[in-house]
Amino acid sequence: MNTPSSPPLETLKDIRSMMERSSRFISLSGWSGISAGCCALVGAWLASREIAHSLAGGLEGNGSIPDALHIRLAFLGICVFSAALVSAVLFTYLRSRREGVAIWGKSARRLLWNTVLPMVAGGLFIIRLGYLHLDGLIAPACLLFYGLALVNGSKYTLGEIRYLGYAQIILGAINCWMPGYGLYFWAAGFGVLHILYGIWMWVKYEAKAQTV
Amino acid sequence: MKNLIANLNKIFDSRIRLGIMSALMVNETVNFNELKELIEVTDGNLASHLRTLEDNNYLKVQKGFIGRKTQTTYSVTKAGEKAFKQHLEALEQMIRGIE
Repeated sequence: MNTPSSPPLETLKDIRSMMERSSRFISLSGWSGISAGCCALVGAWLASREIAHSLAGGLEGNGSIPDALHIRLAFLGICVFSAALVSAVLFTYLRSRREGVAIWGKSARRLLWNTVLPMVAGGLFIIRLGYLHLDGLIAPACLLFYGLALVNGSKYTLGEIRYLGYAQIILGAINCWMPGYGLYFWAAGFGVLHILYGIWMWVKYEAKAQTV
Repeated sequence: MKNLIANLNKIFDSRIRLGIMSALMVNETVNFNELKELIEVTDGNLASHLRTLEDNNYLKVQKGFIGRKTQTTYSVTKAGEKAFKQHLEALEQMIRGIE
């Protein structure tokens, strides 16, 4: 192993893998995406029931949502977000333990900071949208800021997550011009795309490792 | 072919030393335990390779405390960066030479 005759191509591959492993958080599990997506779909279904139930008497004149429903939906959103986060962290923790990698290292901190920052900025903006009753823009804003967070974080974890980010941004942008369909876009972006991404990552990185 | 091999840096012959340098090139600082985990070597082995790199002025050592525990972090020096880049170029030339 220490002989100078090891082929240069192998050496370069070694260097590259060492650079990636030391600077990226690669334990992110595909199951995290799948579970977060399922949480989002359940959440969207519950929200659609709430809305149907509450608006049985018809919308208010200006098309915005009544206050009581507003609060219930915000609460539901926080629950869904927490459930998705907890399940995502759990599966990633299980994977990192299986592979014997520490979960809380420098690369994890960097990933967290770079994704949390756009999400906090987006969160503040969305709270203001809610207060101002610009309800049609809440779902697109969620998708846009989440997409930006993913693209920003992709430099510090599996690079493929950038494509998930691009897809969320595109959905969010389209949704800006179709404000009445927020829940569908929300379910597509946070639900379906997460699940597809999770399956893709699982097949690409984890399925192989388990059979070998 | 002979002079191509001569361009390679002898210090980077060792896979462990090469690993240490690779990690330091893409991180401002890396501490001892992170390196140990990354390269999967014993404490003694890693320490001796780190010493060699330090003696050649390729890396800087900072000792500090986290609570009562000592924490040793390493970062690459200008000389180390230059040597590593030259080594990479030499490897590249060898690949071109084979083709």
